[in-house]
Amino acid sequence: MPGIDDLYREIILDHYRTPRNRGELPPPAVYSEGNNPLCGDDIRIYLDVADGIVRDVKFSGQGCSISQSSTSMMTVAVKGKTVEQVQAFVRRFKHMMTLTSESETVDESINLGDIEALQGVVKFPVRIKCATLGWNTLLEALTESTK
Amino acid sequence: MVTTPTEASHKMSFDSAVIRRDFPLLAKQIDGKPLVYLDSANTSQKPSMVIDAMANFMRESYAPINRSAYTLAANATEQYEGARSAVAKFINANSSLEIVFTKNATEALNLIVHSWGRANLKTGDVVLLTHMEHHANIVPWQMLQQELGIELRWVPLTSDFQLDLTSLTSLLSGVKVFSFTSMSNVLGTINPVEKLCAAAHAAGAIAIVDACQSVPHSPTDVQSWGADFATFSGHKMCGPSGVGVLWGREALLEAMPPFLGGGNMITDVRLDGFTCAELPAKFEAGTPPIAEVVGLGAAVEYLTKIGMANVRQHEIAMSSYVLDLLTNRFGDDITIHGPRNPELRGATFSFAFRGIHPHDISQILDQSNVCVRAGHHCAKPLMKIIGANATTRASFYLYNTTADADTLADALDSASDIF
Repeated sequence: MPGIDDLYREIILDHYRTPRNRGELPPPAVYSEGNNPLCGDDIRIYLDVADGIVRDVKFSGQGCSISQSSTSMMTVAVKGKTVEQVQAFVRRFKHMMTLTSESETVDESINLGDIEALQGVVKFPVRIKCATLGWNTLLEALTESTK
Repeated sequence: MVTTPTEASHKMSFDSAVIRRDFPLLAKQIDGKPLVYLDSANTSQKPSMVIDAMANFMRESYAPINRSAYTLAANATEQYEGARSAVAKFINANSSLEIVFTKNATEALNLIVHSWGRANLKTGDVVLLTHMEHHANIVPWQMLQQELGIELRWVPLTSDFQLDLTSLTSLLSGVKVFSFTSMSNVLGTINPVEKLCAAAHAAGAIAIVDACQSVPHSPTDVQSWGADFATFSGHKMCGPSGVGVLWGREALLEAMPPFLGGGNMITDVRLDGFTCAELPAKFEAGTPPIAEVVGLGAAVEYLTKIGMANVRQHEIAMSSYVLDLLTNRFGDDITIHGPRNPELRGATFSFAFRGIHPHDISQILDQSNVCVRAGHHCAKPLMKIIGANATTRASFYLYNTTADADTLADALDSASDIF
């Protein structure tokens, strides 16, 4: 059995205890909702995109330490990036989560920074859904923002 | 003074440590520690008797049932039908013709809704359910609601997690069906089935009992219940997955149209139509789960040998032990969503613990080989009513010991160390 310390790294617990960018954004910011039907967790990502750049991002909802901290770290990382950069960043993260297909191009030079701490989640396959919930919801919000 | 509960003070009806040895998987050790399986409300482990019955059947006796003249097939049919008789006796059905084998309890409920419901309900008819139902006793009715425009009504809960029956008479007014669980898979609450069936009949409604959580854990007598239909799964009662049971009163089943069409459920098929087979074949289209039914027969034999009254007694004692243990040890740090009186509940405990998310709790308990369910337990409306997105659920069965409960409590403490 993989060690529990691989999962609950200090940086992850830190983002869980003190989530960054928690809250809501008023319109014209858009939002998307994601939920994990297995456990009932739900998350809402608010996204303010202007001139192709993510100006602000916030999240609300309930979830376990992995989904909450992964989303918190994600919001810190994507703020200020262009939509294209965010999309490439999400692909890089999902690649680490073993979720990309061979046909997808992943820029492995992208540095995930603190988010690398979530690598250990891969050893606990049922938790991959928790780690990616916020990220998939972000992608939906991005689509929403370009409508 | 806080007293530590002991096995002796909780009047165990049998030695669950001995029963445990009947279950090969429970002898498994992971990282040198025993397995603490507390997820039997989800699905139960299997005794050797069931595993061997299925393996022997497939090694020695496997053949199609009901449709071949050779001896092997005749013997297989005999074993399959023997299991039907055993199940009928186990729940005191009037006749084995009233036992229909399905894929699981969910399919059994769908069968009732789609066959009886479509034939007997029309726009505006009312079906009464309760706030503590599993999705399997909600969604099929909602599907019928979309199709026929029936109305759904709900019996609410009291603050101590019982059904609030104060307005039952008015809720039942004009109702055609009252469908309810005999025991909540989240709260552990045991419902007064006889009383609810009588109330349904007094209002002119039929009574359907989702008996999935109670049949494995206590004596069942569908006739003294006065129910019209009851459904349950094999896999929660020491039997295999892939087989469930629909029991219905013969006259009702007789009058119902078939559910799934195909082989075995007909006496004649012509280009211009078909003639249904007699009960119970009418509701068993296609090749059934033959080995699984034989396994369920063995499970019924196993449970009968132990005695369902003893199983119930054991679980009252376990409930009493677990409630004392968790509340004495954790006080306000634990919130148990369910009745406090062990006589009114099964040994299924959903709880919130120190603000730690159930997913994280179950992950950390797994480090101690403690298997619990985390999530909404397929009862999302109920979860919303009790104000929880998710809970951790520990459920005990005949093979669980007080040592299992102690390990659970120790492992919960270790969750606090991390968060």
